[in-house]
Amino acid sequence: MVGEIRVVINSDQDIVSARQKGRVVANELGFSSGDATLIATAISELARNIVSYARKGQITIKKVNGHNREGIAVIAADEGPGIADIRQALRDGFSTSGSLGLGLPGVRRLMDEFEITSQPGKGTTVAVKKWRQ
Amino acid sequence: MEVPILKQGAFLIATFQAALSDADLNQLRMGLVQQVVKFRSRAVIVDVTAMDVMDSFASRTLREIAHMIRLRGAETVIVGIQPEVAFAMVQLGLTLEGVATALDLEEGLAYLNEKFKVTN
Repeated sequence: MVGEIRVVINSDQDIVSARQKGRVVANELGFSSGDATLIATAISELARNIVSYARKGQITIKKVNGHNREGIAVIAADEGPGIADIRQALRDGFSTSGSLGLGLPGVRRLMDEFEITSQPGKGTTVAVKKWRQ
Repeated sequence: MEVPILKQGAFLIATFQAALSDADLNQLRMGLVQQVVKFRSRAVIVDVTAMDVMDSFASRTLREIAHMIRLRGAETVIVGIQPEVAFAMVQLGLTLEGVATALDLEEGLAYLNEKFKVTN
């Protein structure tokens, strides 16, 4: 049984570390290697958003139970500037850092469930889940 | 972790060894372009077989490498994108438009040898 894993994110090296830990947890939970790659890619994008927009934050990776199914949850939380217009941020091609426009809508497509809460000036939390097939 | 760049005749081969950070990718970008200039290389093969994840930053860097090398009059071929990585890239909406790709190193070399009619 896998516990909860937290990875502090404040450099580009932490992005690699977070996605590697995510893959290990996904493998331990019995995800296929294809799904583990999707999960690791989503974590990489979420961690990159933290580094690009908030500088620091943390990613929590844990097992979740649903109705007759198991899955993985990834929560990316920061206390950065927040997102003023979430709907705009979820549109393909939107970017305020000038370089990464595919982050959030892409992550939404990689995972099964996607929730975002953000308050300008207070931070952003993105919580995603993927269920094991 | 630095990416080793191997000179093979008129071509350069850069092999991604493991998970690379953004800093490693930036270093590779500079290193490759410098070596293309130094050796007057005709083409570069970037072998990403060992790459665990191709996220937006990595694919943007590969596109930039290809464009910079194109401006030098040389060509880039990305080889070894694993099926699972390709699937994740498509889901994420990432493309490598305008960049040549090949199944593996062997295919990449065959493509370039045919194109440039050189024997390495």
